[in-house]
Amino acid sequence: MADEVILLDFWASMFGIRVRIALAEKGIKYEYKEQDLFNKSPLLLQMNPVHKKIPVLIHNGKSVCESSIIVQYIDEVWKDKAPLLPYDPYQRAQARFWADFIDKKMYDTSRKTWATKGEEQEAAKKEFIEVLKTLGGELGDKPFFGGDNFGYVDLCLIPYYCWFYSYETFGKFSVEAECPKFIAWVTRCLQRETVAKALPDEKKVFEFVSVLREKIRVE
Amino acid sequence: MAEEVKLLKTWSSPFGLRAFWILKLKGVQFDFIDEDLSNKSPLLLQSNPVYKKVPVLIHNGKPISESLVILEYVDETWKQNPLLPEDPYERARARFWAKFGEDKVLVSIWNAFIKQGKEQEEAIGLAIETLKFLEEELKGKRFFGGEKIGLADLALGWLANLIGVFEEVIGVKLIEKERFPLLSAWMQEFAEAPVIKESWPPHEKLVTKFRAIREPYVAAAAQPK
Repeated sequence: MADEVILLDFWASMFGIRVRIALAEKGIKYEYKEQDLFNKSPLLLQMNPVHKKIPVLIHNGKSVCESSIIVQYIDEVWKDKAPLLPYDPYQRAQARFWADFIDKKMYDTSRKTWATKGEEQEAAKKEFIEVLKTLGGELGDKPFFGGDNFGYVDLCLIPYYCWFYSYETFGKFSVEAECPKFIAWVTRCLQRETVAKALPDEKKVFEFVSVLREKIRVE
Repeated sequence: MAEEVKLLKTWSSPFGLRAFWILKLKGVQFDFIDEDLSNKSPLLLQSNPVYKKVPVLIHNGKPISESLVILEYVDETWKQNPLLPEDPYERARARFWAKFGEDKVLVSIWNAFIKQGKEQEEAIGLAIETLKFLEEELKGKRFFGGEKIGLADLALGWLANLIGVFEEVIGVKLIEKERFPLLSAWMQEFAEAPVIKESWPPHEKLVTKFRAIREPYVAAAAQPK
């Protein structure tokens, strides 16, 4: 029986992008359904009644929610190709730790670089750079967080990159100036077709963030 | 080579307790150290440089931090008495509820605990909405893991004793039996399960501790604005 795979997503979501990259890495055919987050569809509300958020993966009618959980699910179901998590339990634990760190630290801090102003924004910028530096420390001299190969942690982090232009423009700072090694890692990731295709254009994201800023009245 | 398993925790931390539970449930031989968080040991600082928090599991010298990460690591390393099912969809569900417990239940209950006045009323309302999802999930199940204790049970297990402590300190019942019959039954069943029941920190000591934690929030709210 052919698998039916549907992804409920929003084009600019860094969480949705993770799932798109994972599906592409595994060569899985799926139907992409763009969601209107300001007017949520009955399907979304039915498939994720607890959080009512994207991304949601619907595999043969059963829904899986939360991007990091979806990616692990994909890795476990389609396990014969392109492993995303390491085989070794200790390395897997380290990968989960850093994915969790990214989830705890990146979203709120990065959001504040464009959604706030004055002192709050300055503090957010500092914290954001610190987070990138901590991640840079973990990356070290490895080509990817996964070592020689692109893996789970790389996949969890790289989607944020299409938002960097927005953070830098509204926050008036440069990631490359502060963390050049980080940008080198970004470049390596973007050389992968699965990643390059999954990330939307940063200028489109910027337009979207501009609209959001108006909505929440930042200035 | 002999296994060396060490757990850094505190006497009261519910996060440390999760790691303690899984090691005991699997019959793993381990040592534990109850840290004094006001005077963190060099071992803790070295083993968890990112957060400097407990719990940390040190297995043959290699540290693992974050309690939910530790749970999965232990489950994968010691395969007896598995916590996660084999089926990927059921595994995803278990992880979902463990994460829900962390992101929503814990946060909402904590807010209900520390907030005062009108803010507390709202926080309690939100906590009850969150708990309703757990009540719904328990339909037809003895544990979140089904017939036996699973990952989500260990992740949510802190409810079984800390809810009582919080309720005593704030003087408000958060999990009423009439409103949450399944959740109440689960709390009791979990609290009395083998291994779990021997592990609870002393109730009075917890009440004293959390009352002291709450004090500054009460004092701040009492300040004239």
